Amino acid sequence: MRGLGRIGEPPATLTSPRSRPRERRRGGRRPRGLLGPLGALAILLALLGAWELYADLGPVDPLLLPAPHAVAAALWSDRGLLWDNFTVTAGEVLLGIVVAGAIGFVFAIALHMWLTLRISIYPLLVASQTIPIVMVAPLLVTWLGFGLAPKLAIIGLISFFPIVVTTLDALGRVDAELRKLLRTLDASRLAVLRHVELPAALPGLFSGAKLAVVFAVIGAVFAEWSGSDSGLGHLFQEAIPQLLTARAYAAVLILSAFAIALFGLLTLAERLLVPWAHDSREGRTR
Amino acid sequence: MDGVRVDGVERIFRRHGRRGADVVALRGMELRAARGEIVAVVGASGCGKSTLLELICGLQEPDAGTVAADPAVLMPQRDLLLPWASALDNAALALRVRGVAAAEARERARPWFERFGLAGFERARPAALSGGMRQRVAFVRTLLAGKPVLALDEPFAALDALTRQEMQSWLAEALQAEPRTVVLVTHDVEEAVVLADRVVVMSPRPGRAVAELDVALPRPRHRTDAAVVALRERALEALGAPA
Repeated sequence: MRGLGRIGEPPATLTSPRSRPRERRRGGRRPRGLLGPLGALAILLALLGAWELYADLGPVDPLLLPAPHAVAAALWSDRGLLWDNFTVTAGEVLLGIVVAGAIGFVFAIALHMWLTLRISIYPLLVASQTIPIVMVAPLLVTWLGFGLAPKLAIIGLISFFPIVVTTLDALGRVDAELRKLLRTLDASRLAVLRHVELPAALPGLFSGAKLAVVFAVIGAVFAEWSGSDSGLGHLFQEAIPQLLTARAYAAVLILSAFAIALFGLLTLAERLLVPWAHDSREGRTR
Repeated sequence: MDGVRVDGVERIFRRHGRRGADVVALRGMELRAARGEIVAVVGASGCGKSTLLELICGLQEPDAGTVAADPAVLMPQRDLLLPWASALDNAALALRVRGVAAAEARERARPWFERFGLAGFERARPAALSGGMRQRVAFVRTLLAGKPVLALDEPFAALDALTRQEMQSWLAEALQAEPRTVVLVTHDVEEAVVLADRVVVMSPRPGRAVAELDVALPRPRHRTDAAVVALRERALEALGAPA
């Protein structure tokens, strides 16, 4: 998929092709085939090379800034420790995302179906996003203890919002003319929801989930920093004062790779489960 | 009630706020469609044709006058097929939304695919169908609604010229085989004359019927028939178009 950066774009399903000017990619020519990934890889390698040179030859203590090869070595030598802690964090993130996704989806449907609910709850939902999660995390740990509960609460709090917003948006995006047609087919409100709105909302759910996984990993780290005895966030926090910086970098690397993998998996699942959304993004609406 | 009766209908869209003036879409609109009759309504864009159809379908209420019509189903210009559903499921949607079980709805939709040259495309997604086929699927959906009145809103306007002509002949045949009361709104005078028993010409906004032409011609009709051409000229004249 070319659109890794286009997660925020609402799915184009069922919107009038007439109202949307055909997409023109910025810059005219679009990268073909492997050119895009290869370019990214080249930049990454160049950055790594510069880092390696600076860390090896520069004036900085390797304890303070480990070279990439030292990070790679830590990845290998600490693999058991890293893996054990990774499974803890990954479990928190996955469970948090699934819970937030399920609750968010149901929530979005409820907000969509009942205008009164939408009017009264939506502002609160937006307001909840202004809560500084870094400060709330230790408060939740104080309240809920060191277990899984505060982690799920924090990850859920962070991922809930994008899922609700994108799903709600997609639910409401169903073509007005299609709604009229459905009325003349004597479709009940529930039938419209089941046969038209819910399938139409799936691409929205995926957009939200893709945003959410990125936030969720960050949320998991905050949650672990606020109080825990395992997880990559916890390992990282312990590694710094011991000057195990290579291990700390390794933890960062693993968590980013994890977020990228989740994003990729969701993109893949989206292509398999809602291929029509992909069709219309390519401009094949007709 | 037999067919459709529109009597002295007025429909005004109120514009709220300081800047908006009210838009009178229809004023003194009259229309009759007997049961089984195909009535074409032609008029310039913005003359209230679509509003008329929505009134007939009960999607809007008139501000004055009366609309009495048998239950009507709308077939809009865009096919509005659901992109995730197969062609068969799209047609069967008309039954599904009324609570018919999936298997039964599909079985009832299937024979129409045979009749309308869609056999073999039951499982195709809309994106894989041509414009003409999509419109035929939409027409099956419309028929499966089981309403005596079909309100067709420029059903072929989005198609290219060649496909449009094919679809007009196809619809003429389909309606002969499956008679319904039809109100067909179009801005294509030729389409109106080829398809309809009667052509009603509307004035620009506020829309009302200014002329009525009986099309007592045998079917199938062709756009090149002398009688079709003559009627087309008369309709264009009534529309106020330069000949």
